[in-house]
Amino acid sequence: MQYSIDNEKIIKMYEKMYLIRKYEERIYYLFLEGVMPGTIHQSHGQEACAVGMLYDLGKDDYMTSTHRPAGHCLAKGVPLESMMAEMFAKANGCCRGKGGAMHTGDMSVGAVPAIAIVGGGIPIAVGIGLSLKMRKTRNVVVCFFGDGASNEGAFHEGLNAAAIWNLPVIFACENNFYGASTHIKKVIKIENIADRAAAYGMPGEVVDGNDVLKVNEAAARAIERARRGEGPTLLELKTYRIGGHSRNDACGYRDKEEEKEWFAKDPIKRHREYILSNNILDENSLKKLEKEVEDRIERAVELAKASPDPKPEDALRHVYYEGGE
Amino acid sequence: MAKMTIAEALRQAIREEMRRDERVFCIGEDIDIEGGFGGAFTVTLGLAKEFGYDRIINTPISEIMIAGAAVGAAMTGMIPIADVQYGDFLFCMMDQLANQAAKMTYMSGGKVKVPMVMRAPVGATTRGAQHAQSLEGFFTHIPGLKVICPATAYDAKGLLKTAIRDENPVIVFEHKLLYGSKGTRAEKSALSPIGEVPDEEYLIPFGEAVVRREGSDVTIVANLLMMYRALEAAEILEKEGISVEVIDPRTLVPFDYDTVIKSIAKTSRLMIVEEDTKRNGWGAEVAAHIAEEAIYYLDAPIKRVAAYDVPIPFAPVMENFVIPSVDRIVEEVRNLMKS
Ligand SMILES: Cc1ncc(C[n+]2csc(CCOP(=O)(O)OP(=O)(O)O)c2C)c(N)n1
Ligand SMILES: [Mg+2]
Repeated sequence: MQYSIDNEKIIKMYEKMYLIRKYEERIYYLFLEGVMPGTIHQSHGQEACAVGMLYDLGKDDYMTSTHRPAGHCLAKGVPLESMMAEMFAKANGCCRGKGGAMHTGDMSVGAVPAIAIVGGGIPIAVGIGLSLKMRKTRNVVVCFFGDGASNEGAFHEGLNAAAIWNLPVIFACENNFYGASTHIKKVIKIENIADRAAAYGMPGEVVDGNDVLKVNEAAARAIERARRGEGPTLLELKTYRIGGHSRNDACGYRDKEEEKEWFAKDPIKRHREYILSNNILDENSLKKLEKEVEDRIERAVELAKASPDPKPEDALRHVYYEGGE
Repeated sequence: MAKMTIAEALRQAIREEMRRDERVFCIGEDIDIEGGFGGAFTVTLGLAKEFGYDRIINTPISEIMIAGAAVGAAMTGMIPIADVQYGDFLFCMMDQLANQAAKMTYMSGGKVKVPMVMRAPVGATTRGAQHAQSLEGFFTHIPGLKVICPATAYDAKGLLKTAIRDENPVIVFEHKLLYGSKGTRAEKSALSPIGEVPDEEYLIPFGEAVVRREGSDVTIVANLLMMYRALEAAEILEKEGISVEVIDPRTLVPFDYDTVIKSIAKTSRLMIVEEDTKRNGWGAEVAAHIAEEAIYYLDAPIKRVAAYDVPIPFAPVMENFVIPSVDRIVEEVRNLMKS
C-alpha cells in the first residue's frame, strides 16, 4: 500500500493535536484553581499518538483508552463540550458525571468509556475485535495502553488471543518511558516493547510517536491489515509526556537532560514547522486556526461551568441498564 | 415434558438461545473440542456440531482474556456466554468482572450495556482448596452484577435463558454435584437430580424464590446443594414432629425477600444454610436484612449454618466436617427449636 496524505488532512491533524494540547493546558489550570474535582492524568506531549492512530477511523471503528484518555477521546470524536462538562462532573457530561476524568468516552463515536485499570482495556479490545469479526464487519479497534501496561498479565492473554484468531485489533503502546515514577529500564529488560510482538506471531513496529505523519503512516498499514482480516499489529509509539504522571507531580524522578531532549521533539512544534516549511499554511492562517481552537475551548469551559450538577439521587440510577436513557 | 439432568437442561437453554439469536455465542476453555469434555462438566458438549467453532469458541487458558473478551463483545452487539472451568478461577478474572463488566453501564451514565453471561461451577468435591469454593456471596457484593444459582433442571433452563436475554452481566453459579455430568466427567457422590422440563419454551424471572417444601415451625433458606440437604434434614425432623419449610432463593441478586418474610410470618424461625464460608456471606446479608425489616416476626435468633471459615480441605473426612451436612442441619434445627 502506498501511503499518501493531502494538505487538508495535514492541517486537520494539526488542528486536532492543537485542540488536545490546549484542552490539557486549560484543564491543568482549571484544576489548579480548584474548580474541578477528582484527579487528572494528562496527555499533552502524546498528541501525535492519539491523532495519528485515530484520524482515519470511522464512527463504527472502536477505540479503548486508559487513565490518560483526553487525547484519545478528543481524537476519536467525543464532543469537546461533553468532555469538558464531564471534567466538571456535570449532568450533561459524556458520562453524566458518573465517569469523570479517567472514564470519559462515548460509544456513539466508538470511544469505549476509558478504562483506568492498567492493562484492563486490552482483553476488552480483544472482545470488541472478536465481535467485529463475528459480525463480519470491516471495522477495527485501536487499543491504547502504556509501556507499564505491557507488563500486566492481561497484555499476554490479550495479544495471544488476538493473534491466534486474527482479530482486527491494533495494539497501540504509547511508550512514554515511565509507568508513574518508574523508568521502563527498571522494569523492562528489552529495548523495544514492539519486540514482544514476535512472541505472539504478529508484526511489531517501533514508531516515532512524536511525529504525527509517521504514526499515521504506521497506523494506516496496521488498520489496512486488520481490515483485510489478516490480524493484529503491535505498534510501539515512542513518546514522552510533558506534564507529570498525575496532578501535583513535579517529575523529580526524571532526568533533566532526558526531558530537554524530548521537549525539543514536541510533536506540535514539529508538525507546525512541517506545515510552515512546506508552505501548506502561512503563519497568519495558522494563528487564526489556533485562535479558533482556543475560543472553542473557552466556550466549552463557560458552558460546562454553567451546566447543572447531577442530582445526588441520580447516583442510584444506571447500576443496571435502563435502555440507554 | 422431558426428564433431564441440569447439564442437559443448561445445554438445551444454550442451544435454543443460540438458534433464536445469532448474537449469542459461547467462549471458554475446552468447551467443545473434538473428542474432548464439552467444558469441565459436559454442559457445552456437542454444541460445535450444530453451531460451528465460530460460535463455540475454544480459547487458550486465559481467564482474564475470556472475561474481557466477553465484556468487549457484549458492549458491541454480541451476547457472550463465557465459561470458566471451576468457579475458583473467577478470581483470575476479577478485574474484568468486578471493575469492567459490573461498572461499564454505570460509569457511562447508563449509556453502555454489557449483556454477558458468566457460567461458573461451584461446590466442594474433594478436589482441594482451589477447586472447591462456593463464591456466590462474593459476587452479590458487587453492584452491577446479577447472581443466580439454579438447583433444578427446570430452573437451570429457565433461569439461564433469562440470563442470556438480560441486558446486564449475570453470573450463573452451577453446582458440580448437581449437574449430572456423565462419562469421564461424572462426579463421585453426585446428587445429579433428574428433573422435568417442559417441551414448550419458558423463562423464569429473576427474584422469585420457590418454596420447595412447606412447613410451619422453622424456615430454612438454602441454595444449590444445601437446598437438597435441607430437604433431607426436613424429612428427618418431620419424624420428630418438627415441620420445616424450605425456600430455594434461586437468584441471590435480585433476592426475593417477600417469600422469606411471608414464610417467617408463619414459622417465626429462620435458618440460612450455605455451602460458602460463613463470614460475610450472602447468608449474613439475608440475616441482616430480615433483622432490619422483619425481626418482629421472629421468636428466636436467626441461625446461619455455613462452612467453617477455613479453606476447603482435601481429606474427605475434613471436607465433610467443614461443609454443612444433613446431620449438622438437623442438629442446628433442633437447637433452634429450643431457643
Ligand atoms: C492495575 C493497576 N495497577 C496500578 C494502577 C496505578 N497506576 C495508574 S497509572 C499507572 C502507570 C501506568 O503506566 P503506563 O501503562 O506506562 O501508562 P502511562 O501512565 O505512562 O500513560 C499506575 C501504576 C492502576 N491504575 N491499575
Ligand atoms: Mg508510561
